[in-house]
Amino acid sequence: MSEDRHVRIAVEDRTRFLIRREHRVLRVLALVALVAAWEVVARAGWVPVLFLPSPLGVLAEGRDMLVSGELAGHLAASLKRLVLGFAVGGGLGAAVGIAVGFFSIAEAVGAPIIAATFPVPKIALLPLLILWLGLGEPSKVAVIALGVFFPMVINTYTGVRQADALLVRAAVSFGARRASVIRKVILPSALPMIFAGLRLGAGTALLLLVAAEMIAVESGIGFLVLHAGNIMATTKLMVGIVVLSLLGVLSHWGLNRLERLAIPWRT
Amino acid sequence: MRLVLEHVSKTYDDGHGHDVPALDDVSLTVEAEELVALLGPSGCGKSTLLNIVAGLLAPTSGGVSFEGHAAPAHPTAMVFQEFALFPWRTVQKNVEFGLEEAGMPAAARAREARRFIELAGLAGFETKYPHQLSGGMRQRVGIARALAVDPAVLLMDEPFSALDAQTRQLMQEELLAIWERTRKTIVYVTHNIHEAVYMADRVIVLSRRPGRVLAEIPIELERPRAEAMMAEPAFAHAAERIWSLIKEQARAAVRE
Repeated sequence: MSEDRHVRIAVEDRTRFLIRREHRVLRVLALVALVAAWEVVARAGWVPVLFLPSPLGVLAEGRDMLVSGELAGHLAASLKRLVLGFAVGGGLGAAVGIAVGFFSIAEAVGAPIIAATFPVPKIALLPLLILWLGLGEPSKVAVIALGVFFPMVINTYTGVRQADALLVRAAVSFGARRASVIRKVILPSALPMIFAGLRLGAGTALLLLVAAEMIAVESGIGFLVLHAGNIMATTKLMVGIVVLSLLGVLSHWGLNRLERLAIPWRT
Repeated sequence: MRLVLEHVSKTYDDGHGHDVPALDDVSLTVEAEELVALLGPSGCGKSTLLNIVAGLLAPTSGGVSFEGHAAPAHPTAMVFQEFALFPWRTVQKNVEFGLEEAGMPAAARAREARRFIELAGLAGFETKYPHQLSGGMRQRVGIARALAVDPAVLLMDEPFSALDAQTRQLMQEELLAIWERTRKTIVYVTHNIHEAVYMADRVIVLSRRPGRVLAEIPIELERPRAEAMMAEPAFAHAAERIWSLIKEQARAAVRE
């Protein structure tokens, strides 16, 4: 220790193990590998086609159904229910959410009712809705609307409550009255939460769509999946599942695009 | 317009049933074209006082009035410490806000806003959103938005305290230049003694909670103000006097 030795220590970046790389190639590769493995297993004949049709087979079947117009018919019926239910449930949910978030009387009336009803699984209401509205389209649309309504109400309400009180005061100080405050401060403040509600609602809507289309209908992707299963047309069934997952991906992508358009001030 | 505060008191309920006095019998007058600084240690109720003047808070007792020949469309407009810009509005639309609420047609509104955007040094930034601007630029928007409604009295609540020291200095210069051009009556809340002395015609020193007027100190410096004046004896004298008034109070505030 008496010896005074010269030491030189290089400083290294100690956070290196925290860096998360994107691994772009791996992302694609993993997906391709899964489908390829599936194709190989299906072709090798280790599993009967009845249980596992090959991806290329599903693709061919999908093309045939597209050409014959079968798929378009089912898709149109499903989309109609989906869009209607989404519009009704989303619109009502946003409106009620704003009212409950802003007006104390609406909150006193609405908050306990919403808290009591939102945990009910919406599928459980389908038989009741059929009883009330009949086996036709209205009960299908209504169950989807209900599924979208709740996440929308709760998210919009939270978004409204989270609006910056300082901005509200600033608006009032520049002469804004109630209607202006709601339209120009509360609503844009709540917009990110409203979009989160829409995204939650989109997932629920798809789920309820399929459930509703499994009862007393002759069209729709849900019907296609159930019917194909009943007659053991597994390839058709798979086409239905692929279409459903595409619908999910597309709605997510579409909502993201819409959000970026509607909220241009977000970083 | 002159602004008159008569025996303004404000008591808060602390939520446990106790009354917390914030302002105690504050009376003061601000003359037209005067730049008055309200100064005091933290928790002296300066912001409370400003909010009462703006009509954003009701006093427990006392009253605020404006005296002049005609009733102004906008007696006051506020510049906020945290800017309080609308994040979803561009610079142009933020500045237009008050005019929009006053029902001015779109074309006239855009023209009017443009004037104050230029006055505040924001030309070229009209289409930017607040998050794309630096703190100093954001507060310029706050100032332009307030000036655009042509208020009888401009209220500024620690407008530059969220900015870094260098930007703050520059913004003070800028505000003085704007004042020279517009001669707006300004009530300026600050806890910064140098800022108060440098900017104001008169510094009103408030005591710690509950806020009372401790002293009114006229600042005997010429206008337009220049940085060199900070070296003048009158500057140092006023600053020392104010510091001696609030030193004990500030010390007590730290211990709290």
